[in-house]
Order: sequence, then structure tokens, then C-alpha cells
Amino acid sequence: MKTVARRAFLQGAAGLVVAFSLPCGARGAPAVLDADSVDAYLAIAPDGGVTVYAGKVDLGTGARVAIRQIVAEELGIQPERIDMVEGDTALTPNQGGTGGSSGIMAGGMQIRQAAATARQGLINLAAAQLKQPAEALDTVDGAVVPRAGGAGIGFGTLVKGGRLDLAVDKNARVKNPDQYTVVGKSLPRPDLPAKLTGRHDYVQDIRVDGMLHARVIRAPAIGARLNDVDATSVAQIPGVRIVRVKDFLAVVAPREWDAIRAMRALRARWGEAKTLPGSAGLFDTVRNTPVARTETLRNVGDTASVFAQAPHVLKATYRWPIQSHASMGPSCAVADIRDGGGKVWTASQGTHRLRQTIAQLLGLDVAKLRLIYKDGSGSYGGNGNDDVAFEAALISRELGRPVRVQWMREDDLGWDPKGPPQLLDLRAALDGSGEVLAWETVAMVPQNNPAPTGTPLIAAVAAGLVDGSGMSSGLTSLNADPPYLFANARTDIKWLATTPLRPSSLRAPGKIGNVFAVESFIDEICAETHADPLAFRLSRVKDPRAIAVLMRVGELMAWTPRQAPRARGGAVLSGRGISYMRYKQAENYVAMGMEVEVERSSGRVRVTRVVCAHDCGLMINPDNVRAQIEGSIIQTISRTLLEEVKFDQSRVTTTDWSSYPILAFPDVPKLEIALIDRPHERPVGVGEASTAPVAAALGNAVFDATGLRLREVPFTPARLKAAFAVSA
Amino acid sequence: MTQLTLHVNGRDHAITLGDPDTPLLYVLRDDLALHGPKFGCGLGQCGACSVMVDGQVMRSCTAKAASLKGRKIATLEGLGSPEAPSKVQAAFIAEAAAQCGYCTNGMIMAATALLGRNPQPTEADVRAALTGNLCRCGSHVRVIAAVLRAAREG
Repeated sequence: MKTVARRAFLQGAAGLVVAFSLPCGARGAPAVLDADSVDAYLAIAPDGGVTVYAGKVDLGTGARVAIRQIVAEELGIQPERIDMVEGDTALTPNQGGTGGSSGIMAGGMQIRQAAATARQGLINLAAAQLKQPAEALDTVDGAVVPRAGGAGIGFGTLVKGGRLDLAVDKNARVKNPDQYTVVGKSLPRPDLPAKLTGRHDYVQDIRVDGMLHARVIRAPAIGARLNDVDATSVAQIPGVRIVRVKDFLAVVAPREWDAIRAMRALRARWGEAKTLPGSAGLFDTVRNTPVARTETLRNVGDTASVFAQAPHVLKATYRWPIQSHASMGPSCAVADIRDGGGKVWTASQGTHRLRQTIAQLLGLDVAKLRLIYKDGSGSYGGNGNDDVAFEAALISRELGRPVRVQWMREDDLGWDPKGPPQLLDLRAALDGSGEVLAWETVAMVPQNNPAPTGTPLIAAVAAGLVDGSGMSSGLTSLNADPPYLFANARTDIKWLATTPLRPSSLRAPGKIGNVFAVESFIDEICAETHADPLAFRLSRVKDPRAIAVLMRVGELMAWTPRQAPRARGGAVLSGRGISYMRYKQAENYVAMGMEVEVERSSGRVRVTRVVCAHDCGLMINPDNVRAQIEGSIIQTISRTLLEEVKFDQSRVTTTDWSSYPILAFPDVPKLEIALIDRPHERPVGVGEASTAPVAAALGNAVFDATGLRLREVPFTPARLKAAFAVSA
Repeated sequence: MTQLTLHVNGRDHAITLGDPDTPLLYVLRDDLALHGPKFGCGLGQCGACSVMVDGQVMRSCTAKAASLKGRKIATLEGLGSPEAPSKVQAAFIAEAAAQCGYCTNGMIMAATALLGRNPQPTEADVRAALTGNLCRCGSHVRVIAAVLRAAREG
């Protein structure tokens, strides 16, 4: 709220107008901030302080300090004099959603260009006043100063309450990285002291006058119709009201605990619905799903004829299960909808897009609807935050009162849109000398055919506002092709028409499963052809940045070449494995090494050490980069060892932390991360890339320890024991 | 209606419970506007709602407020402030031992209790003390480093 008030103050008192909203005119479309205007991103107060308006948000990633560093560096001002507003649809330009690790790579670079343009504009203003050529001036600590020395003019004085009125100049000169003094430093995150002392307002903490607490009553089966509701069942709980819109059912109460009691006490009669195939035969379901479209992602040489004549063909099928976002705090939102518009406080990763969706679904005037981003519990893609924001808006509209909807644990694990299953068939044609003559990937993933209102929101479907069709789970096809130089290689993506549970983008969508398959299969080829896994990879990449990360992991692991798994006897078997990928074949270079222990009697796999070499180009804030890599590795070890959403014919059955466990402290390994700094290369996002090599490195280490090849995640003790039994 | 006095962060608070079984978490968050303890699961499985009661960690999502009359309750706010953080909070800040920070309340509570009974824990002690605290962002290695730093600098 504080920063919002500040902007209002700036506008009212000083008249420094930053393009607040410009009507875009065509088709009566709503007013939006002009993303081409410098004033959309930056405001300079009379005291010279700068406010940055970022359409993309900080999800706990550290963008909140990194963006400040970028602006401080380009503009020439101390980072502590920069304030920041994120994701508020009334105040920030639409920079697209905060996804795909785009916060710095796209959003930050857009803001950098705005800052570079602003700097040039400030210099031009000062040049006129100082009667000096622009080339003789520089910006330092919030002032334009003559390079030769002498008095300068502060930014606040220069803009004199006026806007900069500049279009973002794509050619505005940006600073040479050799001269960076702020970018590249590990400045502390400004939000942590408040977060770690209980003073930070999360979206869960928002309270509005007159607000009611709501809980949603979920159908016992996905798609079940609501027959009737017995209001007398909650009549004894004070102030409870029931909100029903077709098959959407919620309760509200002035007190939160009363809303929870009412949710549990409410008697409702639902129809039957058995629309799901059940998770037991999930991959049969996937294989039998109609293919909507086949896309050839890559095709080099002539794989068909090579396979037809190959002396030896190796085949394997890899499986990645359905997984949950599993945020620690269940999704939450507050909405105050009245008079055809209003406000929604949300931790959505895409407030600008969600604003359009909510307005469209509820028939609101989008110009009168404002979404205000507030930090939530960490999200790693499209979790339940968009759903809960819509539910709050729907209930608030029904009641004409501000409403806070807090999902329960079972809502979040049961009903968040899921990371979809992946099935990959791989083939390699080998000659007698161990050369890979041809490679083939066939990857099966759900198609992306999003509805105009995005992923069908649970409440919108239940309320009969959309039909539930359309789905999107991100760039799931990427990295299904190997990053190596094979003479003949083909990768086909079978985009499936449907998938069992509503999907969405879950961190590094598809890439984790794809790299698991590709890099495990590379390890299979190495074992088959008696090739050392590190040497094999090194001999098949040419890019020096790829070679550098692989070499670095080799050094850190003190890698000793091997021609076969070292599997040997004992109660606890230890092994090591490596993997490599270039994220989306276009971004980060990451190599990873892992050491594991496998307990033969229990089948339990424990990761003891992870080594990661990571090249993301320029690093804005190295400690934030490191934190993202640490989190990526730990979260993906959890997904690889433990996580699988299970469901029967009606609904998800893994709805708490005992049925959907995640990695806990005793099982977190030692991490050794080598950051390779390349300040002259463009910065790419770091929130996802190092997730992708995790499962393969882990599986390859298990193979080294045991001789068992695990081709299906999660690597549960039961799965290991079964594999031991087969191999015995 | 149940009337009671709760001693929270060094002060007595007169509380009126609509339901005698109301968990402490909702009293702290909704009646006392304390934001340190978080709702994570409501099942006592994740630790996000942890508070200190007489120096011991307690899960406020399952503890009934009415059972805590006369006990000394401390929330994250009661340990320290941004200007004057407790030694554990200061160590977490120094190690940047949080990403989203939603679960960190429970980590700080568990660490504070651990250092109260064992001022010089080993890394294994720290991991054991935090076993019941879940984190999804993957801040674990920093949390361990922060607890060991707090012990060192204690």
C-alpha cells in the first residue's frame, strides 16, 4: 500500500505524471499502460528518488533487488534510492506473466532499456541547462554531472515534476559490463528482514474492512453436479452464509474459524462422477490417448534408413508422473467486487492476464478492475493462485462484500492444476565401435490449446461460465532432443488431445522429464558401448561454454573415467552420475554430478552430494543465482525421489503431506555450485534451468551404484526393491 | 462464547472465542493481527504455523487456544523486529535463508527452541530438529547454515 500511496502523492502533489493509463482506442479495448513508454517503467520524484514499475514480480527469487540493481546501474543512482511496485495492473505496464524464468531475461532487460533511455534523456535535459555537450556529461549518484568536474544537477530537479515523455529507445546505449559497479554484486534482498520477523504482508495477510472469510466446498468427484444443499446443517454457526452458483459452492462467515467449521459441517448432495482413468495405469492411458498433432522438433540426416540398417538398436521408454506445485501456503486471495469493477489482491504470476480473464468471466468492466500483486507462498508456475483469485471475485460479486478465500491443504494438493505426465520412447542405432549412428525421440505430452480465458478455472467451470475445454502446460517439448552432435537425429512430439488432470506449467515445464529421458538414455548408450559418460559428452559438444561446464563438473567430482557401472556388493551401495543440458537448447548451460547411496534392504535412495556448474551469462546478483540453483536442485530431487499425484476415478487422493511427501531436512544433500560468470553474454533466467539435469544425474548415479536402470519417476523404495528383485 | 486471557509476546490479551475449539492460529492471525505464524496445512504436518509456548515449539494450527491460558506464547514478531532481530533471525537474514519466506517462521521457531536446549548443535542436530519443517523453495542448506551461524555467534 505504501508504494501505491507514494505514487498517488507524486502525481497529485508534484505533478510528475508517469503514463498512468493510456486508452489504446481500438475496439473499445481497456486502458492500459503503454509498455513502449519510459514513463511506464520509471518515475523520478522531486527528491530524486526513483520508483520502478515492473509488470513482472518477485516470487521469492530476488528479482526485487536484481531489478533495482539493473536500474541503478543504467541510470546512475544508488540502489537504495529506488522503490519498486510489482504487478499492480493499475500502476505497472503489462510485461507478460512471470514465467519461464523471464523476470530478468525479458522483463529486466526491457526495464534496463527504459533506464538507459531515461539516462540519455536526463543528460540531454542537463546539457541544455549546463550549456555543455551531452558527451561531456555523465550520471552519478542520482545527478547529471560534467565528466570534467564541477556542479551537476540532480535528477529530481531536472525533471521538475514533468514526465520524461520518451519512447523506450531500443538503441539507447547501455553500459559496458566492464564498468559495472552495482550489477554483479550480491546485494541483500530488501524483503527478507520483514519476512523473517513477521512484518511482511503476504496476500494471506490482507484484511479489508467488512471482509468475510470464505471456504469453498469441493465436489467429492471432479465434474460432479450439486443436487442440493441443506442450509440447516450450518445454521448454528454465527453469521454463516452459503453462496451457490450452479455447481460452485462456498460458505462465508465473519470469523475465519467459523467459515472452516461451516465448510466441514455443510451437508450437500452431489451427483456421481467417474471421469478419471485412475492413476494405476497412467502410462497406458497416456499411450492410448489420441494424438492431436505430431510436430517434428528436429530432424537431421536420415534416421529412418539408418535405423533400418543398423547392426544394433537400443530402445528405452521413460516415464514422468503427474506432480503438484505443492506450495507450502495454500493459495489465497482477497477480492472486493462491486459496481461492475473492484479490486483483487492476488499472488498470481500473471496479474495483467488474470485481470482480463476475471473481467470476461464475470462480465466486469476491465477498466474498473484492478489486480494488486501481493507476495504469496512460493509458486513455481500456474498453481492455484488464479483459481482462488477468481473464486474470491465470484463470491464477492455475489455478496457485494469484500471476501477472502483461503484454500485448505486438500484444496491445494487436490485441485491445483498439475504438471502433466510425460512418456518418451527413445531409440539409438549403434555400430560395432560404439558410435551413435542415429537417435530418435518420440515424446508424448498434452497439447497446448488454451481457451481465451486461459486454463479453465475450477469455479468458472462449476458455475457454468466456461466449458472446461482448453489446456496449456508450457513449452513441454523443448529439450526432448539431445544436445549432442549426432549425424542422424530426429525428435517427434506427439501432442496428446487430452490428459487426465487439468494441467498447467510447473517449473521448467516438460524439460525435467525430457532431460531425464535423454540424459539417462545417453548413460545407457555409454554403458552399452563401454564409453565413459563424461568423455562421451565432451566429445560430442563443440560450444566452449558447454565444454566448460562439463569440465568443471568433472574437476569438482574428481571424475575417474569408467566404462561400466561400478555396481558392487554391500548393504549400502554408492554411485555417481552426471548429466548435461542446455536449457531450451538456447539458454543456460548446466552440467551436474551426483553421488548417491542406495540401501539394498529398504530400496531407499539418498543423494549425498550434488555438484553443479552453471553458466547463465551475465549474473545480476550472484547470490540470488546461487539461491535459485540450490532451490531448483533440492525441489527436483524431491520430485524425482518422492512425488507422484495419485487419483481414483473421481478425484485426487494425495491431498496432504503424508500422501504427497516432499524432501525433508535429513535428506537434503550437500550442494557445491560453480557459477561461471560471463558478463558480456546476455543474462538468461535462472529459476528453472538447473532443475532439468537433476533426475538424470540421480538416475545415472543409481545405475552406477546398483546396475539398475530406473526409467520411471519417482524412485521410490518400492520401485528399487522391485528392480533389485528382478535383477537378482 | 468463551472468554480467556492469552499471554502473547509479553502482553496479556483478552480474547473471545466463538467456538471453544478454535485453534490458536486463528486467534493470533485474525484477532491479534500477527502475521508471523502461517497457515500451511492445518494438520500439524508442515510447521509453518509454529509458535513458542513456554520455550517449546508448538503447532498453532492444531493447538486449541483455550488450552493455553497462562502460558507464555511467542510468535515471530515476539522474537525480534527488522531493526532488532533475534540472533536466530539475524542469522537467517545474514544467510538469506529464505526464498518466498512463507515456511521460514517455523524454521526460526524450531531453531530458537533447539538453541535453547542445545547451544552448540552439530549439523546433524540441526537437521534432526528441523525434520518436521517443510520448505518447497529449497532453502534448506541456507537454513542449516543460518542455524549454525546463530549458534556460533550466540
